[in-house]
Amino acid sequence: MKFGIVVFPGSNCDHDCYHAVRHVLKEDAEFIWHKEKQISGVDCIILPGGFSYGDYLRTGAIAKFSPVMSAVRDFAEQGGLVMGICNGFQILLESGLLPGAMKRNDSLKFICKDIYLRVENSTTSFTNLLEEGEVLRIPIAHADGNYYADEETLKRLNQNRQVVFRYSDRNGRVDDPSNPNGSSENIAGIINEKGNVLGMMPHPERCAEEILGNTDGRRILKSIVSHFTET
Amino acid sequence: MIRAKVYVTLKKGVLDPQGKTVKQALNSLGFAGVEDVRIGKYMEITLDETSPEEAGKIVTSMCEKLLANTVIEDYQVEVES
Repeated sequence: MKFGIVVFPGSNCDHDCYHAVRHVLKEDAEFIWHKEKQISGVDCIILPGGFSYGDYLRTGAIAKFSPVMSAVRDFAEQGGLVMGICNGFQILLESGLLPGAMKRNDSLKFICKDIYLRVENSTTSFTNLLEEGEVLRIPIAHADGNYYADEETLKRLNQNRQVVFRYSDRNGRVDDPSNPNGSSENIAGIINEKGNVLGMMPHPERCAEEILGNTDGRRILKSIVSHFTET
Repeated sequence: MIRAKVYVTLKKGVLDPQGKTVKQALNSLGFAGVEDVRIGKYMEITLDETSPEEAGKIVTSMCEKLLANTVIEDYQVEVES
């Protein structure tokens, strides 16, 4: 299968994503410059982390008007898999491809550390190799990861099982001390209703190989591959 | 030429982490009467436009499309005449 990794001015996890899918998973991958108006020949698009357009105005606010985003929207509408990591998640929220918005972390600090995630839904195309309730250790690196959605949206997300990951402690307990940034209901990752657009703040591409001391992220990326190879 | 002022703030009911911290800082500096602080953005937009009414409409559309994220933010537009 083939991944397409979108590069915005200011993306800085694009090469990490490329490395993880191309050299670790040994799948095909290509970069897609943000000025591209059409996307073809890829099975899954990754919007990588970074600081697109310098985070000016709001994170992801300018990136959503990049020419490539209308192609990403078309791709998603046709059922293509789209994964937004960190800044990519912020762009998906700004674009309205996922519900909610990001606020400044409640500590007001840029947080860069490993956190624990509880898998809430393992039936998605991005998590099919995981088990519900299992705990992953994956790094976060952001200043604006304080996920917000109004009561009604949260209710809908819970009803449709669209919350895929929640911040937890190492035992899977979801509580205030394990919430690094103040996110509503400890939400770390959500999926759209159709199940083909996922956004998550933690960085699976940063923990996908033994040499980095952690391979938890690889299982998320491998789930995407398995979605295409098993079906 | 017309100048418009745009104020963007988090909606009422959306917790403002920066505002909360600044409020606590003010309280600890002795400004005991500070009950709430909301932090927002202020923008000045100069338009090649002669009608204030039209300018107001254009800037409102800018707010809806880009300047504010209406999921969490409210905006207010003032057009100088």
